[in-house]
Amino acid sequence: MGPVQVLEHGSQTPLLTIMVLVPLVGAAVVALMPRRRPEPAKLVALLFAVATTALTVAVLVAFEAGEAGFQLTDRHEWIEAFGISWHVGVDGISLFLVVLTGLLFPIAMVGADPHHDSKAYFAWMLLLEAGCLGAFIALDLFLFFVSFEIVLVPMYFLIGQWGHGERTYAALKFFLYTMLGSAFMLVSLVATAVLYSRGANADLTFDLVEIANGAPGAIGLEAGRWLFAGFAIAFAVKVPLFPLHTWLPDAHTNAPTGGSIILAGVMLKLGTYGLVRYGLYLFPEAASYFAPLMVTLGVIGVIYGAVVATMQKDLKRLVAYSSVAHLGFIALGTFALTSQGVTGGVLQMINHGLSTGALFLLVGLIAERRHTRQIAELRGLQKQAPIMAALFTVVMMSSIGLPGLNGFVGEFLILLGSFGTRRWWAVVAAAGVIFAAVYLLWAYQRVFHGEPDDEKPFGEIRWTEGLVLAPLVGLIVFLGVYPKPVLDRIEPSVEAVIDHVEARGGFQAPEVPRLGPAPGAHDEGEEAAPAEPGH
Amino acid sequence: MLASLAQEVVGIETPSVSWRGLLPTLLLVGGALVILMGSAIVPRKPPPGTWALAAVVTALASMATAVPVWLEVTDPDRGPFTTVAGAVAVDGFTLFFTFVIGAGVVVAALLSDGYLRREGLDGPDFYALLLLSASGGLVMAAANDLIVVFLGLEILSIAVYILAAMHTRRIESQEAGIKYFVLGAFSSAFFLYGIALVYGATGHTNISELVQTGPVPDQGTPALLLAGFALMLVGFGFKVALVPFHFWQPDVYQGSPTPVVAYMASAVKAAGFAGLLRVFYVAFDGFADDWQPYIYGLAVVTLVAGAVLAVVQTDVKRMLAYSSISHAGFILVGLQAASSAGIAGALFYLAAYTFMVAGSFGVIAVLSRKGDAATSLEDFKGLARREPILAFVFTVFLLAQAGVPLTSGFFAKFYVVTAAIGSNSTPLALAAMVSAVIAAFLYLRIVVGMYGFSDEDAPAEDLPTRARVPLPSRLAIGLCFVLTLLAGFFPGPLVDSTTKARPTGSIPAVSRPR
Repeated sequence: MGPVQVLEHGSQTPLLTIMVLVPLVGAAVVALMPRRRPEPAKLVALLFAVATTALTVAVLVAFEAGEAGFQLTDRHEWIEAFGISWHVGVDGISLFLVVLTGLLFPIAMVGADPHHDSKAYFAWMLLLEAGCLGAFIALDLFLFFVSFEIVLVPMYFLIGQWGHGERTYAALKFFLYTMLGSAFMLVSLVATAVLYSRGANADLTFDLVEIANGAPGAIGLEAGRWLFAGFAIAFAVKVPLFPLHTWLPDAHTNAPTGGSIILAGVMLKLGTYGLVRYGLYLFPEAASYFAPLMVTLGVIGVIYGAVVATMQKDLKRLVAYSSVAHLGFIALGTFALTSQGVTGGVLQMINHGLSTGALFLLVGLIAERRHTRQIAELRGLQKQAPIMAALFTVVMMSSIGLPGLNGFVGEFLILLGSFGTRRWWAVVAAAGVIFAAVYLLWAYQRVFHGEPDDEKPFGEIRWTEGLVLAPLVGLIVFLGVYPKPVLDRIEPSVEAVIDHVEARGGFQAPEVPRLGPAPGAHDEGEEAAPAEPGH
Repeated sequence: MLASLAQEVVGIETPSVSWRGLLPTLLLVGGALVILMGSAIVPRKPPPGTWALAAVVTALASMATAVPVWLEVTDPDRGPFTTVAGAVAVDGFTLFFTFVIGAGVVVAALLSDGYLRREGLDGPDFYALLLLSASGGLVMAAANDLIVVFLGLEILSIAVYILAAMHTRRIESQEAGIKYFVLGAFSSAFFLYGIALVYGATGHTNISELVQTGPVPDQGTPALLLAGFALMLVGFGFKVALVPFHFWQPDVYQGSPTPVVAYMASAVKAAGFAGLLRVFYVAFDGFADDWQPYIYGLAVVTLVAGAVLAVVQTDVKRMLAYSSISHAGFILVGLQAASSAGIAGALFYLAAYTFMVAGSFGVIAVLSRKGDAATSLEDFKGLARREPILAFVFTVFLLAQAGVPLTSGFFAKFYVVTAAIGSNSTPLALAAMVSAVIAAFLYLRIVVGMYGFSDEDAPAEDLPTRARVPLPSRLAIGLCFVLTLLAGFFPGPLVDSTTKARPTGSIPAVSRPR
């Protein structure tokens, strides 16, 4: 399979551009609504969010399965002097992240009400949605950076104004951590464009496809590694990879429920998605060079996240740390550099969005009823709210990776894909699956089992709340039983990226999981590989 | 008749003068004189706002007359020219600053109207000084001779010294004026000495002639010239507040009347940088290898120290004063690149910063209440609840200064960073971006205060009454707000203008006919 191409066919209407503009316009409309009457704000915001969901579904329908390249592309000059354009498109890797974003935003908006000033809350939410969608569909480095960075502002306000506890501190920490990472990325990104145009003797351009597929070796070997490192720091903060994860528990715990759902469900994926798109695809050689390090950090994250989650007293903080573990898994799959591993990683991004989104929603419902998230203060909820307990069980099992639910498919693919190239890492990471069962089941026991506190009533889940959860639970089951339609769309694009890494990076992914030499021996093979493929 | 007679007798040759090239400057001077004379002639006190209106109209007229000249000199078939015997350059660079400084005057005059009336200081002298100072700024930007740079610098500065001390009832304002004056005079002396040394080393003060000079092979650069560079850099460094010549700035910004600070941070700084860019990038182009390392070091220190010192302040005006130092470091990053992209980036930065900072101080001016003292971080607590629109606008200005995308501030940073990387100064680019993150903390501190993240229980009744925002101030802040966002979403047109405004060394003495 050739390099990832921009496919010209597809619908003539700029579906993706409209998809970003709708929430953006929605944010402006909601912001300009009269302040005195906040009730219609939620309705209008929801209308725009649902319209965006419809558009993401339209993208899913218009997407042609079995094609590897970017589809539904749309391109307009933006800042010509810098070769910056509004260039958007989706491939199998970004497609489901777009759909996930479209799905989670309305859920986050109706799932939890802000406690005051709802107009501003919903305006920020819509701006956040536009930014997230923009980052997933950007095919221009500048456009990606702008989208990646602009999401900080709405999230900063969501945490700071509508959060709990130490929200000022959490919001600041979140903003500054991510911005520091982005500073490295911005310098790398500009250097990538400058070095490419110099090496390839071309005009300055920030077009991702042009740079990634253009003259091989235009960016030198050494330079490419530095540039990759710059990008990787930004993404490692966002993912977050150990040891850059410390902002996450604070931000997730103190954010309002809606913010936590988006933060975990969508925004963390900006990091893992970035690692695939701007790591593997843009710097194939450097990606295979740094793969051992990235895989190690991922595995440390799996174990560390699980261990720390086990010790948490706060239910929401526990879910937050479980994200560190899950995202470490995704990093492992991504840098296994095999088709199964990366496919599993992409699928797991979706799975994590569904299950963690649902978990945060459920924790939010519990906290709303009891005004506490402390595990020690909750018990016996199963007797008082059996349906909620059942839903919690399904979601939790998905997070643990029980066969038949979506989490299993993703984790299995990741382990399968990484076992060939990074056997011992895969073995250690597999232990993380067991840890996940430990901390989640233990938390479930303490919260839901036992005798209920009779003095404190606990309301059963309302049908409106159930309706909000239903799509998530439905997809969790559906993807666990029949993931084929999703995998069919992800795989061609992932294979194209792996081919790209092999062709450009001098890395050979094993055809089948092999019983070959230990990973240490593999590293030598990499160094002996042709340095600059273009020469 | 008399002139030709004098020429015959004494043999003085009067240089040819291109009046259309000088018109924007002359209009400002003329406007100032009209205001002063008008105030003396008009028997009764004119309705309030008259003088502000006159200043705004003058500045707009000055900008309007610059438009045809801009079209002329940026036309590749016609090009720039010098006038008054090569002392003044009429090129895209000059006119770019005509627009930037003119816009600074317009915004400052609009803000001053409400402010001066509130403080009971309204009068013609303020606006006359404002226009005179701006005319000095234009001279500085247009200067094609080191002596003329000095001339412009003095005209610009002396008027601003008085403006800084204009709030006669505030002791801080008096202090600011004196401090600014003493240090400014000091720096002028450095600058003048630098010119003298450069003249001693090269025999020239005219920039078109200095362009021809360069290091002599095998001999290197004479020490006299290096000393000249250093002294001139010190002079400019004081004017635009580079670390370690920045000490006056926080005190002066905190003490001066806030609309004057808006003017100082936008137009005065732009004019100072106009001189700095023209002298170093154009006149001493041949010696770039000699001065680039100095600029590199100054840039790093200015960026980091400005950002770090800003974070520990508790007064919003002082915070922005320090952050303005950090911004000056960013502009130096553009100069350090010593490339056409770097200069264009610096120009973009100056234009973008003019509106961001003038807007920021505009918001502070309307919120600082009678006495102009309510500018501590405490005074901004909970602003979002009593002034939601002002708080939002201020937030946008602050985020723009922090470099958040889709604002002009982000693209300005992007521009200079791109230039730095293009000139292989990647470490400097990285230092600049990291210092931007440090500075972001400072802006977020103000935002946190305004949105009252930590004290939502404070009852709204305790808060002071809403500030009155007069229409001219609304206009000024609105203009800055719109331009900050517009240049963030669509920086293309401004980028093209900066590309056209890059100064060139060899400017012909006469304009080419159409």
